[in-house]
Amino acid sequence: MRATVHVFLKPGVLDVQGKAIEGALHGLGFPGASDVRVGKTITFDLAGDDPAKAETEVKSMCERLLANTVIEGYRVEVG
Amino acid sequence: MKAAVVVFPGSNCDRDCKTAIERTTGAEVFMVWHGDSSLPEGLDLIVLPGGFSYGDYLRCGAMAAQSPVMKAIKAEGERGTGVLGVCNGFQILCEAGMLPGALLRNAGLKYVCTAVDLDVVNSQTRFTAAYEGRRDVTLTVGNGEGNYFADEPTLDRLEGEGQVVFRYKNNPNGSARDIAGIVNARGNVLGMMPHPDRAFETELGSSDGALLFQSVLASA
Repeated sequence: MRATVHVFLKPGVLDVQGKAIEGALHGLGFPGASDVRVGKTITFDLAGDDPAKAETEVKSMCERLLANTVIEGYRVEVG
Repeated sequence: MKAAVVVFPGSNCDRDCKTAIERTTGAEVFMVWHGDSSLPEGLDLIVLPGGFSYGDYLRCGAMAAQSPVMKAIKAEGERGTGVLGVCNGFQILCEAGMLPGALLRNAGLKYVCTAVDLDVVNSQTRFTAAYEGRRDVTLTVGNGEGNYFADEPTLDRLEGEGQVVFRYKNNPNGSARDIAGIVNARGNVLGMMPHPDRAFETELGSSDGALLFQSVLASA
């Protein structure tokens, strides 16, 4: 199975990279872009064939390492 | 006094810390590799130095917080041994859950390398007793992710319980409530972004950092 984890700063946590990119997009003539947020995607193979079990396992990985839940939220896809 | 400095792959202030502690306190300082699972006996101070442990991969301090040696450091911290995290060491302590909050990218996006004037908010800790009566202190910072963040209730609690130890007079990185350094509830774990190890004799521009190590010596 392939697991994909998306990690983003939580709403309300200042995303300075997002702000810089937003400014650059406006400079390029895309004034409609707003609330730009920068995150990361982590993807990996996972042994086993039970999607529910895999999701639980990946969530545990997020809580313990892949995301810092003080500042970040995450979304898990398994399939 | 016995101290240990932990060396992670990518630490770059480990020898500065060793020199600073030796010269300011005369302590015996052990260098401990991050892959070790035990620490020397009878330590008074464990230092997590500045640098870029694991190349700042994933998040600053995230990988280091999972190092084998951190289990032993957590156990020492729970036993009341002094633990000091400077810069990357502060990030590691937060990632390891030994201190609340996290360090975000600097609000100005830039790496900040400058002298900072600090307010010693709490001089009743084992790390700051020698600053008693000296509220003005100058140290230096060098960080790209030194912007301290915690949710509002946590910040209120830190302030209410005297856990905010150092505050910036001119906030260089956007830290919440100008926080430059905090201790845990028990007062034996200190995390700070400014470097006492880079300001321990006048030739370095300031010797104010020496008082921190001498405070620990006096409490040992």
